[in-house]
Amino acid sequence: MKALRVLFLLLWMCAVYFVGIYLFMSGFLLVRLEVNRTSTCRDVLQPGQEPVDFCRVQPRFRRAVLLIIDALKIDFARFDPNNTAPRPHENKLPVLQETVSSQPSHSRLYPFRADPPTTTMQRIKGFTTGSLPTFVDVGNNFASSAILEDNLIHQFGQEKRVVFMGDDTWENLFPKKFYRSLPFPSFNVKDLHTVDNGILQHLYTTVGDDWDVLVAHFLGVDHCGHRFGPDHPAMADKLTQMDGVISVIGHLQNDTLLVVMGDHGMTDTGDHGGESQKETDAAVFLYSPAPLFPGPPSQNEPDVVPQTDLVPTLALLLGVPIPYSSVGQVLLPLFPPHGQTEGAVGGLSQMEALWINAKQVNRFLETYSSMAKDIPPESLSQLKDEFSRLSSDYLMTLREGRPPSPELAASLQAYLTSVRDTCQATWARFNPLKMAAGLAILALACLMCFILSELSCVLIRENGPRLKAPVVAALTVGVCVAVGQLLTQAYIELAWCLAAAAFSSELLFLWRACQSRKSAAAKNGTKAPKYANWLTPRHLLGPSLLVPLLRCASLLSDSYVIAEGRVVTFLVFSLALYIPIHLNWDSLLLPPSHDPLKSAGLLPSPALSPLTVRKESSTLLACLGLLIGSLYLSLFFHGCREEQGSCQPSPFLSPLSRVQDSQLKNLNYILAVVSLGLWTYMVRCCLRHYGNLNSSGGTVFTARWILPLLSVCLCLHWAVSATSEDSFRNLAELISLAQLALPRAAFCLLGLGLFLIWLDPVTVFVKARTGASARALSLPPPRYRASTGISPQAELHHLIPQIYQRMRLSLDDGELSGGHEEDSRPAVEAYGLGTVYSAPLLLFCGLLGIGLQLLHPEGMALSFLLLLLEMGALLHIHASSITLHNLHGTFSGFNVPWTPVVLWSLAATQFFHATGHLPTFPSIQWGAAFVGFPGGHTGTVLPASLVTLNTFGAHILFAGCPLLLFWPLVCEVRGSRGGKAFGEEGEDAVMEMRLRESPQQFSSSLLQLSTRYLFIHGAQVFASVCAAAILRRHLMVWKVFAPLMFESSGFLVSSVFLMIGVTLVLRVDVAVGHWFKRLIPDASR
Amino acid sequence: MWDHEIRAMASTNAIIVASMFMATVIPAVLVPDFSVYGTHLLWLYSVSGTVTAVSVAVFWLLGITPPTKKHTLGYKLSRLFRSCLYFFLSCLFFHTVVVLYGAPLIESALETFSLAVLLTSLTTLRCLCVLGPNVQAWIRVFSRHGAMSVWDTCLQITVACTVVGAWVGAFPIPLDWDRPWQVWPVSCSLGAMIGFLTGLVAAPAWIHYHRKQLTYKCK
Repeated sequence: MKALRVLFLLLWMCAVYFVGIYLFMSGFLLVRLEVNRTSTCRDVLQPGQEPVDFCRVQPRFRRAVLLIIDALKIDFARFDPNNTAPRPHENKLPVLQETVSSQPSHSRLYPFRADPPTTTMQRIKGFTTGSLPTFVDVGNNFASSAILEDNLIHQFGQEKRVVFMGDDTWENLFPKKFYRSLPFPSFNVKDLHTVDNGILQHLYTTVGDDWDVLVAHFLGVDHCGHRFGPDHPAMADKLTQMDGVISVIGHLQNDTLLVVMGDHGMTDTGDHGGESQKETDAAVFLYSPAPLFPGPPSQNEPDVVPQTDLVPTLALLLGVPIPYSSVGQVLLPLFPPHGQTEGAVGGLSQMEALWINAKQVNRFLETYSSMAKDIPPESLSQLKDEFSRLSSDYLMTLREGRPPSPELAASLQAYLTSVRDTCQATWARFNPLKMAAGLAILALACLMCFILSELSCVLIRENGPRLKAPVVAALTVGVCVAVGQLLTQAYIELAWCLAAAAFSSELLFLWRACQSRKSAAAKNGTKAPKYANWLTPRHLLGPSLLVPLLRCASLLSDSYVIAEGRVVTFLVFSLALYIPIHLNWDSLLLPPSHDPLKSAGLLPSPALSPLTVRKESSTLLACLGLLIGSLYLSLFFHGCREEQGSCQPSPFLSPLSRVQDSQLKNLNYILAVVSLGLWTYMVRCCLRHYGNLNSSGGTVFTARWILPLLSVCLCLHWAVSATSEDSFRNLAELISLAQLALPRAAFCLLGLGLFLIWLDPVTVFVKARTGASARALSLPPPRYRASTGISPQAELHHLIPQIYQRMRLSLDDGELSGGHEEDSRPAVEAYGLGTVYSAPLLLFCGLLGIGLQLLHPEGMALSFLLLLLEMGALLHIHASSITLHNLHGTFSGFNVPWTPVVLWSLAATQFFHATGHLPTFPSIQWGAAFVGFPGGHTGTVLPASLVTLNTFGAHILFAGCPLLLFWPLVCEVRGSRGGKAFGEEGEDAVMEMRLRESPQQFSSSLLQLSTRYLFIHGAQVFASVCAAAILRRHLMVWKVFAPLMFESSGFLVSSVFLMIGVTLVLRVDVAVGHWFKRLIPDASR
Repeated sequence: MWDHEIRAMASTNAIIVASMFMATVIPAVLVPDFSVYGTHLLWLYSVSGTVTAVSVAVFWLLGITPPTKKHTLGYKLSRLFRSCLYFFLSCLFFHTVVVLYGAPLIESALETFSLAVLLTSLTTLRCLCVLGPNVQAWIRVFSRHGAMSVWDTCLQITVACTVVGAWVGAFPIPLDWDRPWQVWPVSCSLGAMIGFLTGLVAAPAWIHYHRKQLTYKCK
């Protein structure tokens, strides 16, 4: 069956893309589950013990100062007195070295190793939670960037006053955790001084004040690195400034600990984000006026301190519980050895600290492994065994009352290190091999999609095992790799099996495509050039493919990513202008009547009446105007990124309930309602125009009742949600009920409507001609009762007479043998048969559109109206240009050329922006998750899917791209009818029934259209994946290249909805087939 | 005849190129603080004025402009008037298109309009010179078989190059390089200018190399 083949080919195509994306993501974004528990003083770390671990002893320090100097590389902190000609970044912090050498038992300077990714936000997470952050930390609270995991700031905040000043990232990460905070904006990299000077203004005055923990985050060094690089005089100035700060701050009281640290290093060009040693090695300097260390640096000092180790150390030194998910290890030199605790002010001995730390890490490991399965089981069990052995050893030693042996301490340390290493191997590393494999698979998938779209007709026509072979190959290779992995590694890594499967099937497909091209060329020489011409540079660099290429290239630059909305609009506009110019270049736009030299015989003269051409051209130009207008207006609905300094977000983006001015509120509401009404009216009008509202099936029911009802529901919902709470106090209960009930009713209606469309998609109303005679066809049709509210004149227009003889012959030619029988049959007329395919699809889009407006702020209804207008304009432009081509005798089957497909898919991205979305995480409209669920959710699936629907609304609506295939046929009636008498042109107005006449062509063009659409989106995914891979060390990899996430999820959503659209079309096809089968026996009776 | 026409065209184009060059150099000598970026609008006006004057003069002297049907003064005046009207309308048209492309609507309207004037003097003016004030003929020229003479082909090439140049000129605007030529509308006008110059140079060369394939119906 051809239709199934189309579906399977598309499924397979999508699957290959998904595998590529999955593989890349699993190499690029390592996901870690957040353990959402917090440690408290009363925790029992090991079952059967007293809760004495965390807060048992008097802490050694009461207060602490954390000076974070962003990008303080270890090289900056070292001082080499022999270096006579220091470079700008060398020897600029002499205070550190002086203190270390003059007060060896008070201070230490260590290299401080960060875990990649070395970006500031991830680092702050790292040295406050003690965990190894990955790009995506899957947490429960998906609506904010705040750290929900247990962290040092939270623990400090329980009983201490935490004062913060500096980089405003902290304020976002720890909202409301600070006793006092002075955040300064951090985004402008060119600004070296605002943050630092802001801190310095307040720092010295604050030091005397009431605080227990003071956190100050300086950004100047980092910004200086980004702007000038480390070898610049500005860096010397900045470091000298920092030197002054440290020496002033160093005058502290005895109970205070000073920690000066960098969060990451920098490369020689001043960037960071990656995993080279230059980027990871920062400096940490510890100092206290009271003796901190047992003595001068000894042999067993650590060479390098991992950043996570600061967390348990600080926690135990200040007497707060170690954060729950910390995997750090205490810094032993800061704790007195066993038996010397009496001399010190208080605190834990080395052994006790280690033991508490080990128990806490073990507890975390147990909790984590019960939640997630990403730690390899054998290393997990090994770690558990190790811990139970150490535990019994330690307890034995304790019971016997002898001093713990140094070996025990060493093995506890070894245990902690191995836990950390295991976690690191699981979480915090780019996997270049997987990334490369993902890239290769995606590249091949794009190529394959392109070839598939060009060869679609051959693929559908040939009855070879075309798809079976690649799928079988994929399955075999995948299973083989899995078995191989089982034999060699004893466990299966799914990613690689999938990769091998996808890769082998791609290669096999490409090889076969190559073969078939060769064989086709060998079989008939005339067809060879036809297959050859799709790879010529002329074809590839034509504007219709140049525009997507530019779009892909724009994803590689952060400036274009920031301006993405405008870039896409620019490109769509350019390509739209190209259409009439190109038509004119082919002299199709104007009737060539006054061209004396062109011989009239060459052209199919009857079709080419200048009037028709002029009419088509003016339709085209009018629609182009509409398209351009909606493009321009859509620019007013854009949101703003924080990088765009002077940008004002669209006023329509804020929900009505936040608008203060009641007159403005009313105006906005009316605008929204009017545009929603127009949306509904236009969808209905279109259906009615083509006679699809006459029958009594499920779809018609949906169009007649559910569609208006849904929009009424939506209007009421908007009204209710816009009312301010204090204006109708006595109705508060009713309002809260309505807020709950109305959107839910809308969801139900939407679901019901979609289900009904699926159940009974045929919208044809059959009317058997009463008293049909042999010459029924040639007679003008009798006038029907205007039961549908259509005037007789309009009825003439809506009536699409179908020539059943033709259909019957193709369906069951066994039954019908002679032509004379045809005339004796009662002729049948069917309303809406001409748009039988497009009507359900259109209604589907219309319904979904209203459903999606429910999830958007009210003002976006205008933008959705623009979307519908632009959709219509695009369809009509496409239809007109096809008709113009046809009128000039260059009929090209049902194939949809590249230009409209490119426009269509770029319009999806354009309206992604024009509905107020941006490819950044802060701009996700989380409010959508609470539509209909004002009280919040219990699970995460429902809110996540609501937010996805909200975010990719434009992608969903534009996934109805099979409309592009149908619209030229729908509009055919307008072109060919032009003023002729009704009865005569019955033969012409076949509209979408042409598709049934040549099912093979139908399938192949459907396949071609879908693969082209997939190709454009896939190419964008590929480009953003490339950008992420190339620029993974970029300064703002996460802020600017979040497009990778959005692009790929957009692709996912589009492809899913494309599949739904195609399936709906095929469903209609089957239903129409049944309908014919049922009709014909009826008619022959 | 062919070589003669191509040579004539090449020399015309050379004159226009030279005049554009002079339009940049002479103000630089005469006007203090003149620079292409700094006093961009002045430079724009100087170049578009020069191109307008030189094109009109050269095409009128060469007699490329289609002969008028009537020789009455009134007809000539109405032709002149219509040409001026078309010139102005084309400025408005380009202005609208540029605004639709995303130029600020109100803020730098003067800059946008200057760009529109430049584009008009580089494209529409040539159309006016070669084809006269006849929109039908303009539309006809920009089709595959629409060129009726070497001059028409030259017109096609230069106009396409200018428009594409201006289009490409918009690309660097969003980049964060902070260069003086990224300021609106410097890059677009530079792009249009470079495109126009390329077109002027490329057109005779292209026609020369394709003179075997080029056949014109009316000449």
